[in-house]
Amino acid sequence: MADTFASGRLPHAFTTPGSSSFVEFLAGYAPHLLPGNRPSVVAEVQAPHGTTIVALAFDGGIVMAGDRRATMGSMIASRDIEKVFPADEYSAVGIAGSAGLAVELVRLFQLELEHYEKIEGSLLSLDGKANRLATMIRGNLGLALQGLAVVPLFGGFDLDRRTGRIFSYDVTGGRYEEHDHHAVGSGSVFARGSLKKRWRPGLDADAAVHVAVEALIDAADDDSATGGPDSIRGIWPVVATVTESGYLRVADDQLAGSVAAVEDERRAAHRAQRPTGGDAR
Amino acid sequence: MSMPFYVSPEQLMKDRADYARKGIARGRSVVVVQYDDGIAFATENPSRALHKISEIYDRIAFAAVGKYNEFENLRVAGVRYADLRGYSYDREDVAARALANAYAQTLGTVFTTESKPLEVELVVAEVGREPAGDQIYRLQYDGSVADEHGYVVMGGQAERLGGLLGERWRPGMTLTEALDVAVDVLGAPTDEGGEQRRIDAAQLEVAVLDRTRPRRAFRRLTGALLADLLGGAPGGAPKGGPSGATDRTT
Repeated sequence: MADTFASGRLPHAFTTPGSSSFVEFLAGYAPHLLPGNRPSVVAEVQAPHGTTIVALAFDGGIVMAGDRRATMGSMIASRDIEKVFPADEYSAVGIAGSAGLAVELVRLFQLELEHYEKIEGSLLSLDGKANRLATMIRGNLGLALQGLAVVPLFGGFDLDRRTGRIFSYDVTGGRYEEHDHHAVGSGSVFARGSLKKRWRPGLDADAAVHVAVEALIDAADDDSATGGPDSIRGIWPVVATVTESGYLRVADDQLAGSVAAVEDERRAAHRAQRPTGGDAR
Repeated sequence: MSMPFYVSPEQLMKDRADYARKGIARGRSVVVVQYDDGIAFATENPSRALHKISEIYDRIAFAAVGKYNEFENLRVAGVRYADLRGYSYDREDVAARALANAYAQTLGTVFTTESKPLEVELVVAEVGREPAGDQIYRLQYDGSVADEHGYVVMGGQAERLGGLLGERWRPGMTLTEALDVAVDVLGAPTDEGGEQRRIDAAQLEVAVLDRTRPRRAFRRLTGALLADLLGGAPGGAPKGGPSGATDRTT
């Protein structure tokens, strides 16, 4: 970067008109900073891996939630990693897969949206944002084939259609619009089962948050790579709603309440099943 | 064969400077004023789409007068510069001073090496956590930089309007007071003995860097909110304070 500034003035890449994309600018000016453009690794890499993300639609928006565990092989690499982020004011992105790449990709995606907003003076449409994310995932395909896959779940409030929408992706950058609810990551099978039973049309925001928390508890119940709520350390899932008034992270108090409610319900059900049994299991 | 005329360097630079100055003086002025909770920018601009005042980064804004295509190009370059820096290092590490230097180098190089100087004048401002941390840099067409304190006027009649603003500006004004002064200055008569105009809110482009905002400090003030702020001036500052008022734009 230093030598291109040698003449003193801003290099031509900066003053070339036409593009509102930060990723395109980087690809032209500093391609080594793009996640997909690094020399590929030959051996398999051991790196932290993030797991389950769930998202569901409710009346007036979406909820996105992610557990807090990252694993590396059979070890827990982190018990308080965050995997759900605001992409911009009206959308959220949650990422399962290789944690380091995922966090970098989210940072680049957030910047891409903000960059467009500053240069154009208006927000990208929700479909536009979803397509940008697909392009970025596609750029990561080389690393994905070596086991460093990143699989996001994207959702937001569509300001034109006045409704919440959810998009899922595959490692090749395929983009699929999901209806009602979806989950990605290693615990997604169990989370999807839970969502299927608990989701219903016409949920309000609080009920939807509760459904999301319960789906994560179900995923953690059966998937060792998904972390359950940790009431000892006070580590709760990251849950956010995106509505007409924007991205809002749900407070820990409300999550603690939801978790307690689910646990109480299950404890009662368990006791009712075994009236004579003790307290174990 | 004809010989090219010899033009002395002094004459060459003077011609270029005159050319740039003329171009800049044709445009309407931009006023930048520091107030208690941030920095306010105001200009007369009926367009809602072609801005003279814009966001560069979390706490940095850009204002320009002169040729639109030229300062728009510099604005985009500034956004790219700031975003690249923030991405390579951290959001904290993007500073107005570095950007002002990059702009100064660019303006200076174009002024001396290219056939036509850029007909623009810029302000790069960064709002601090405290008023003492505010920075306002004014950049001229030839790359000269001035570190301004409190207020700046650029564009046509900059000197005279700057004098008017200097008489009325004082540290620690509220947003309502600062805007009132800024709009009065913008509407000041162009000649001695002319009539003072009161510019309508719909004809104004106004934005602030609000230091009380958590991350992105830049906010445009438009519509009813701006009309309220301007209308509230004669009876003193409205209750609730300026930061509360700007919050309503979201």
